[in-house]
Amino acid sequence: MKAKEYISIPELCSIHNIEISFISNLNELGLVEVITVEKTNCIHQDTIADVEKMIRLHQDLEVNPAGIDVIFNLLQKVEHLHEELNTIKNRLKIYDSDF
Amino acid sequence: MSYIDYYKILGIDKSATANDVKKAYRKLARKYHPDVNPNDKEAEQKFKEINEANEVLSNPENRKKFDAYGKDWKHADDIERAKQQQQYQYSQRQGGFEQGGFEGFGDEGFSDFFESMFGGRRTSSGSQGRSVKFKGQDYNASLHLDLKDVYTTHKRTLTVNGKNIRLTIPAGVENGQVIKIKGHGGEGVNGGPKGDLYITFSIDNHSDFKRNKNDLYTTVQLDLYKALLGGEITVSTFQGKVKLNVKPGTQSGTKIKLKGKGFPIYKKEENFGDLYITYQITIPTNLTEKEKELFKELSKLR
Repeated sequence: MKAKEYISIPELCSIHNIEISFISNLNELGLVEVITVEKTNCIHQDTIADVEKMIRLHQDLEVNPAGIDVIFNLLQKVEHLHEELNTIKNRLKIYDSDF
Repeated sequence: MSYIDYYKILGIDKSATANDVKKAYRKLARKYHPDVNPNDKEAEQKFKEINEANEVLSNPENRKKFDAYGKDWKHADDIERAKQQQQYQYSQRQGGFEQGGFEGFGDEGFSDFFESMFGGRRTSSGSQGRSVKFKGQDYNASLHLDLKDVYTTHKRTLTVNGKNIRLTIPAGVENGQVIKIKGHGGEGVNGGPKGDLYITFSIDNHSDFKRNKNDLYTTVQLDLYKALLGGEITVSTFQGKVKLNVKPGTQSGTKIKLKGKGFPIYKKEENFGDLYITYQITIPTNLTEKEKELFKELSKLR
């Protein structure tokens, strides 16, 4: 386990000026996985993009953790539908009349 | 450069209170925020506009200036004075200023109108949430390739934000597919990791084949006699020419499958989809008198 792959939660919270309890709430909802590395609560750096998105949703739009959970689920659905639409669009090209 | 009505952008009138401005901004931000509208350029543009409007109208000083000079912004003297004052304020704040931050949200944040009137820099209010604070900015790029380019795994050098990136493009990439290149986005701040690069593939097909995932489809013209009597034909596949036996009495529209002659399967080296061939029978035209006679004779036999 490489320490540099993990980001300390207290440090992240101080940079973003948010309470540590906010991350704890996200953890309780299963939105963030908190890992303890050398006695410090951390998140894996691969999850930072999502965590920062959650922080922005909270700070910019005043969405609470439960609302963030709903948004993330809906965004996942949108992404899935977008992929499906792309597959169907590609498939429809077989029937293009210019061929 | 034209006048921008910030009140109109937020859907409020001039008598709106500070609380009305805040409420209108919040409502529109919830609708157009880039985090809830991924890959939506229109929403991104709208979000920039409402942020700019909020930047002006939520700040009492800026709002006063906008109300007083807004429509007459071409009065250079007044604007110039405002600009100088603003630039001075900006230089006082520079230490706390952070780079703009969403995907592709970069530096061109403000309209010419705003820059002319307010000196081109956002104040510290209302922009905290949009800044890069830790992980670097993600970059988005699109790559146009031809179908024959993605038939084989190959390397390609891309220039993204002035930097050259050497990429291996796996065979079988699909049109519209997005791949993530970790760590090739903007620099992180406060010791954070670099952003990522997202590449969207746009694949043009100028070949004689249509593609559905790993399968290819094509139509082959078959002359009447070959269809009637059967025989050998040569057809083109993506991998070159192959010989096929046509059965006697083949009907127009008959489909045959050539296993493994389709498109490579993404990230499964040496695995290929199938090629589907549809026969289209061509009927001879401009028959000679002799041919007509023979066909008539044949028709009498049926």
